[in-house]
Amino acid sequence: MSITLPVEEPTPSAPEKKRKALGGGFARYLITRFLLIFPTIFILITVVFFLMRVTGDPITAALGGRLTPNQLAERIAEAGYDRPVLIQYFEYLGQILRGDLGRTMTDNREVTEVLLTYGAATLELSINAVLVALLIGIPLGLIAARFRDSYSDAALRIFAILGYATPVFFAGLLLKLIFGVWLDWLPISGRAQWQTELALNNLASPSGIYWLDALRSGNLAAFWDVTAHAVLPAVALGLLTGGVFLRLVRTNVIGTLGREYVEAGRSRGVSEYRLLTKHAYRPALIPIITVMGLQIAMLLGGAVLTETTFEWSGLGFKLAEYLTARDFVAVQGIVVLLAVIVAVTNFIVDVVAALIDPRVRF
Amino acid sequence: MVATTPVSEAKIGAPWWLRLPVVSHLRMSSGLQRGMLIAGLALTALLLLTALFAPLIAPFDFAQNADATGAFPRQSAPDDKFIWGTTVSGYDVFSRTMYGARTAVWVIVAAVLMSIFLGVFLGLVSGYLGGWFDRVMVVLNDAIYAFPSLLLAIVMSIVISQGQSSLFGGIMAAAISITVVFIPQYYRVVRAEVIRLKAEPFVESAQVIGASGWRVMFTHLLRNATRTLPLIFTLNASEALLTLAGLGFLGFGIEPTAASEWGFDLNRAMSDATSGIWWTGLFPGLAIVMTVLGLTLVGESMNDLNDPRLRRISRRKAKRMIQMGTKA
Repeated sequence: MSITLPVEEPTPSAPEKKRKALGGGFARYLITRFLLIFPTIFILITVVFFLMRVTGDPITAALGGRLTPNQLAERIAEAGYDRPVLIQYFEYLGQILRGDLGRTMTDNREVTEVLLTYGAATLELSINAVLVALLIGIPLGLIAARFRDSYSDAALRIFAILGYATPVFFAGLLLKLIFGVWLDWLPISGRAQWQTELALNNLASPSGIYWLDALRSGNLAAFWDVTAHAVLPAVALGLLTGGVFLRLVRTNVIGTLGREYVEAGRSRGVSEYRLLTKHAYRPALIPIITVMGLQIAMLLGGAVLTETTFEWSGLGFKLAEYLTARDFVAVQGIVVLLAVIVAVTNFIVDVVAALIDPRVRF
Repeated sequence: MVATTPVSEAKIGAPWWLRLPVVSHLRMSSGLQRGMLIAGLALTALLLLTALFAPLIAPFDFAQNADATGAFPRQSAPDDKFIWGTTVSGYDVFSRTMYGARTAVWVIVAAVLMSIFLGVFLGLVSGYLGGWFDRVMVVLNDAIYAFPSLLLAIVMSIVISQGQSSLFGGIMAAAISITVVFIPQYYRVVRAEVIRLKAEPFVESAQVIGASGWRVMFTHLLRNATRTLPLIFTLNASEALLTLAGLGFLGFGIEPTAASEWGFDLNRAMSDATSGIWWTGLFPGLAIVMTVLGLTLVGESMNDLNDPRLRRISRRKAKRMIQMGTKA
């Protein structure tokens, strides 16, 4: 008794202490990880800024052929591009901190306004593509895992590799040909018919996401029009990511299907279907969520190509346009935004991973 | 010590050519896995052969739109003379697709070689020396790694290919753009390996007998840290081609008269597709898919075979192994 009593006393406080230490650790991890966002963004901005400036000043690049040398020099001096690059660099950093990304060279718009207008379209495309990818990836991945090493598994794996091997624009070309031209089921370019676009842009406060705007205004015809336009781009981009998801689900579910608790469930008479969709599937989701977040970079790269393929007027489409016009102020602005998106997504993914799996923290 | 890796144990004693990466993988594969590996190798071989013999296979030059009988028809459907049809500029699609294999192989080889050299070098130095250089390199590489690779390649290609449109310049511009994107991958793998190996006794003994830092890095660490590279190499090769095609599709690749490039041809084919012309886009697209498929199948199979848990052994082989085991 005399020995057990002193031991019993600290026990109620022990879990409390432990929880406190864990909470502190997590908060510290959260803060350090959050602060790590900034060097990433800063490095990318710096790299892009200097790379772009190696090629000359933005005005000569954008308007080189159209103005006389004297006019060019005047414009360059006016905009301050004749000063040392380092000074311009620090000025640009200061501008970014104030949320000002300058004006585009070619069509003289606020870069931030361009980002807001076209960012919504890219967001819509990305969400649609992820939905398609999930609809393809998860069920097919489960099937491949369930019938491992059978012909259906082999066929699905080849399908997944094909999804990766097919460039988005080739998939888009085929989809356009088959469903747009030959079968004539779906429209092949743009986000909506121009009448619909006009109606949706004239709303009181358009979000720019056409689905949402159409639903909010109760315009059903517009909604169907927008949906019809959204299908092909979403499928083209979704197939690419869907293949990756399929393989992820397959590998992870195969891993969890071999665990003892699944065997225990089977011996209790749990049906194979339930074993697959409940017992093995849930724990397999953790690595899937993390990798999904990391797919955002691939998705954004794919969005540039998809938007160009389907003339979907989002950030990627505009980026390609500004690149061709050599409007480097606009390009820099778009790249800065993408850098921020990627850095923030990676932060969120890391935090979610740490929440799910405490071993990630250190 | 000997029994830690059964693979290397089995390979010891085999002639050197059976221990080469792909050959040894082929020998340990079986069934479906072997089928995938062989299919991949066949597709890759097809690409290399096409690239090598493109001038012999293709009936016309890639930028030829007229011959002795006059100008070629524009956008004409496949027929006897132009078996895969002609493009909007009157080029023969078949010839362009064949020559495209050349461009693809050049860019893939140049890009992957450059990124291996730079990535391995940086990884070795940064992992071995450590300190502030290591930290700066890690942050820099992580930032580049996280960014969409296609966008970075676009930025790079603008910087490099200002006004350049020659064959060599175009290929090098594309290759360098892709290299920048891939360096972090090699860097990460090699650096992690070097940091692990640095603690091994053989490194310390080399340092004790007075070997210089460079000697330790390039004679002792290099060979040990680069074992997994053939795998990244094949997977990167397919990604390099996809990046090249993406660049070409967006109009940042090689000029159409300097070389034939599948991505650029697909860009041109986009407007054809709206009027139902399928042959200009289908063939270059299929060429990309088959090439990437071949390279990915080889890389994937090697990956699976390197992992003993994923490796499948045929029943016959398993039986033989058991018998050998009981005899010993």
